[in-house]
Amino acid sequence: MPILSTSITEAPQGALSSLRTRFSGHGLTLSILLLCLILSIPVLTIFYSVFSSSEGVWEHLANTVLSDYITQSALLMVGVGVCVLVLGIGPAWLVTMTKFPGSRILEWGLVLPLAMPAYIIAYTYTGMLDVGGPVQSWIRDTFDVRYGDYWFPEIRSIGGAITMLSLVLYPYVYLLTRTAFIEQSVCVLEVSRTLGASPFKAFTRVAIPLARPAIIAGLSLVLMETLADYGTVQYFGVSAFTAGIFRTWFGLGSPTAAAQLAAVLMIFILMLVLAEHWSRAKARYHHTSNKYTRLPRIELRGWKRIGAMLYCYLPVLLGFLIPFIQLSFWAVETWDLLDRSSFLTLFANSLKLASITAGIALALALFITYSKRLRPGLLLRSIVRVLSMGYAIPGTVVAVGVLIPFAWFDNTLDAWMRATFDVSTGLLFSGTLVAVVFAYLVRFLPVSMNTLDAGLGKIKPTMDDVGRSLGLRPLQILRRVHIPVMRGSLLTAALLVFVDVLKELPATLILRPFNFNTLAIRTYELANQERLAEASSTALMIVLAGIIPVIILSLTISKSRPGYESST
Amino acid sequence: MRKVLTVLGTLISISVAQADEVNIYSARQENLIKPILDIYSQETGTTINLVTGGADELIQRLSLEGDNSPADLLLTVDVGRLHRAKDAGVLQPVSSSLLESEIPAQYRDSEGYWYAMSLRSRVIVYDKERVDPSQISSYADLADPMWRNSVCVRSSSNIYNQSLVASMVGHNGVAQTEEWVKGLVANFARSPQGGDRDQISAIEAGQCKLALVNTYYLGGLLTSTNADERETGEAVAVLWPDQEGNGAHINISGAAVTKASKNKEAAVALMEYLVSDEAQAWYAETNNEYPVRTDVPVSDVLESWGEFKADDIALDQLGIHNAEAVRLMDRAGWK
Repeated sequence: MPILSTSITEAPQGALSSLRTRFSGHGLTLSILLLCLILSIPVLTIFYSVFSSSEGVWEHLANTVLSDYITQSALLMVGVGVCVLVLGIGPAWLVTMTKFPGSRILEWGLVLPLAMPAYIIAYTYTGMLDVGGPVQSWIRDTFDVRYGDYWFPEIRSIGGAITMLSLVLYPYVYLLTRTAFIEQSVCVLEVSRTLGASPFKAFTRVAIPLARPAIIAGLSLVLMETLADYGTVQYFGVSAFTAGIFRTWFGLGSPTAAAQLAAVLMIFILMLVLAEHWSRAKARYHHTSNKYTRLPRIELRGWKRIGAMLYCYLPVLLGFLIPFIQLSFWAVETWDLLDRSSFLTLFANSLKLASITAGIALALALFITYSKRLRPGLLLRSIVRVLSMGYAIPGTVVAVGVLIPFAWFDNTLDAWMRATFDVSTGLLFSGTLVAVVFAYLVRFLPVSMNTLDAGLGKIKPTMDDVGRSLGLRPLQILRRVHIPVMRGSLLTAALLVFVDVLKELPATLILRPFNFNTLAIRTYELANQERLAEASSTALMIVLAGIIPVIILSLTISKSRPGYESST
Repeated sequence: MRKVLTVLGTLISISVAQADEVNIYSARQENLIKPILDIYSQETGTTINLVTGGADELIQRLSLEGDNSPADLLLTVDVGRLHRAKDAGVLQPVSSSLLESEIPAQYRDSEGYWYAMSLRSRVIVYDKERVDPSQISSYADLADPMWRNSVCVRSSSNIYNQSLVASMVGHNGVAQTEEWVKGLVANFARSPQGGDRDQISAIEAGQCKLALVNTYYLGGLLTSTNADERETGEAVAVLWPDQEGNGAHINISGAAVTKASKNKEAAVALMEYLVSDEAQAWYAETNNEYPVRTDVPVSDVLESWGEFKADDIALDQLGIHNAEAVRLMDRAGWK
C-alpha cells in the first residue's frame, strides 16, 4: 500500500478498553453468546457429521464425481467473483463520483437485479435463448439453417450459470461499495490528487483499498450465495457441489455423506474468510477526517461519457430490464389461466415474513457486531464466524438443520409433559412460522452482520471515546453516535435480508405450516412443472415487492452521507 | 320432519362425523391436487390442510417430527419416494377392501403401505421428420451406436431417470444395465440439462432426434393453450418401448397413511375418494395421467397414443435398486 494510507490504517490501541469493562457488566455479552450458539446449531450439526461413517459412499464419490463437483464449483466461484467485482465496483464509483445522462436514475437502477431471484432469471433467459426458444428459432427460420449450422452460445452451461448468477448478485458488491464510497472522506481523495494522482489513480490506489472491507463483505456474500445456489445449477445441468449434495442425500440415500459434502463446502468458505482476514492483518479502515463536504462529481464528456453509460446501463439492462419485459409478456399471455384469487394472500404472506425477518435480523446483527467491537473475545469471534457460514449452506440443508433441534425440543417437551402432567403439548414450534423465521435467520443473519461489520468498522474508535467522555453509556453511544452515522449500512442490511427472504424458497417449502404459501412457492411450483409462462405473474410480483424497498433504500443511501442535508 | 332430516343427514355423513380433518403432506404440487381436495371438502365437510414440498424433504420432516407429526397422508410422485418413506418407517399399512379391489395388485404395496393413484410411463419420443420409427423399438436401442449424437435426456439426478434405470437393474442386473447406460451416454446429443419438456423442444429445434420423457409432459404440450407449445408437441411422436419385451416403464403417483396419523379413517376415506370415478377422471383430464383404474377412460390425447404393454415389474424394485442405479450412472458419466 502507498505511504499515504499508513496514517489511516493505524488505530489507537486499546481505545475501547474502558467501554469493554463497562459493557461486560450488562451480561449482554453472555446472552449474545448464547443466542449465537443457538443460531449456530444447524451449522454445527453439519460439522458434526464429519465424525460419522458414510459407509463407502464417500469412496464412491471420490472415485467418480467428486473432482467434477470441486472443479465446477471452483470455476463457478472464480467466474462469478470476477464478474461481480467488475459489474459492482466500477458502476458504484461512476454513479457516485461522476455525472452522465441517467446517472441519478442508475444510482438505484443498478440495484434492481437484486429483486430478481437467480432461478427466475435462469428460467427466463433459457426460455429466450435455448435451442427451442424464439431467438434461435428466428435465426433458423430467417436464414433457413438447421441446428448445428450456426454458432450460438449454449445458455445451459457453466458459462451460462456464471452469467446468470453474476447478473443478479453483483448488486451486493455494488450496494456495499457504493455505501463505502458515499461515506468516504473527501480529504484522502484530495490529498491523493495534490500528490499528483489522476482521478483514475485516486480510484484504484486510494478509494478501492479504502473500500476494501465493503468490497470483501459484498464479494463474500456473493460467493456464499453462489455456493448455496441450487435452482440455477440444477436447471443448467452444472454438477456443482449443491447438486452433488442433493444427489448424494436422496439419490444415494446417504444423508451422512451429503452432510459431509456440505461440511467440505463450509470448510472451503472458512478458509477463504480466514485468508482474507490474515491478508488484511492489522490494517484498520476508519476514517480519520470528519470533513464531509459534498462529493465532487465530475461531469463526463465525449467517449468517456459513452463508455461510462455503456458500462453502467448494461448490467441493469441484462440483469433486470430484459428479463422483466420477457416475464411481463408471459404474464399477459397467461393471464386467463391464472388462479388470481390467492394473489393478495401470497403477496401479504411474503411481505410479512420478509419484514419480520429483516427487522429481527437487523436488531440481532447490530447487537452482535457491536458486542464484537466492544469485546472482541476469541469465543465470540469464533462463534460469529461459524454463524456466518449459514449463508453458504443450501436452504434445504439449513431447513433440515433447523428441523432436527426443533423437533427434538418439541418431542422432548411433549414426552416430559405427558409423563409429568399427562398433557400432550404436541409440536410447539415445528411446523410453525417460528421455525421458518429461525431458518431465515440462520441463513440470512450473515448478510446483515457482514454489512454492519463493514459499516461499523469505518467508524473510528475515538468517536466511542468522545461519547464516553460526554458520559454516555455504551447503548447510548450506539443509539446516538453509531446508528446515525451508519444509517446507510443499517438500511442496506435490512433491505438485503428483506429481498433475500422474498426470494427464498427451499427452507420455506419444507418448514412452513399447513395452508401457507408465498409468492416464491407458487412461482416455483409452476416453474417446476415446466410451466414457465404461467409462473411469470408471481415471479413478477416477487420482483415488484422487492423493487419498492430497493428504491427507497437507494434514495436513503444517497442522503446517508454525513452532512448531506447541510451541503444541499 | 326436521328430526327425520337430521337422522338422514347423520346417516349420510357418518363418515363425516369421524372424518372431520385430514392433514396432508403433498409432493404433488398445489395446482395439481388442491382442486380435487376442495371438491372432496365440499362434498363431505372434511377439513383438509395441505403442505406441499419436495417428497424427500417431506419424508425427512415426517421422520424428524416423529409420533407428534400432524400429518395423516403423504402424497408423492414416483414410487421410489414411497419406498423411501416406507423404509424410513414413517408410514403405516392400510387395508381397505375398496382400495384393494379398485387398484391392481401391481400398483400397490404388497403390505398395504402405499397405493397408486395415477400412472405415467417414461417413453421414447422421436422426431417425426428425421426418425424412421421402425429403426427403434426398445430402451436398449437407445444405446445403439447408430444413434450417436442423437439422444436428449435430463440429468440423472432426476428421480424419473433413477427409477427407469433401477427397473433395468431389477430386470437385467447391474453389469448389463451399466453397459446400456454407457452406450446411452455415448449417444447423448448434449450434456443432460433442463426438464422433460426441454428435451422435446430440443427435438423440435433439431438438436436431437430421440428423447426420454414422461407421458404427461407431452400431453401437457399437446393440450396447451399456447400455439407454440402445441407445435413443439406436434414435432414428436410417442414410441412405446419394449413392446416385444418387458413393456414400457411405468411409474406412479401415490398416497400413503403416515405412522403418526391421528385421523387414519378420514385419511383412508380420502384415499378411497381419490380412486373414485370422479377423481380418477379429473386426474386424467387435468394432468394427462393414466388413471390407476382400468375402467376409467383416459384423456383424448392419451387415447390417441393407443394401447400399450406396461412393464409389470414389482414397483418396490424401483426403490430397492435406486441407490445402485445412481452409483452406476455416476460411473457411466451420466451427469
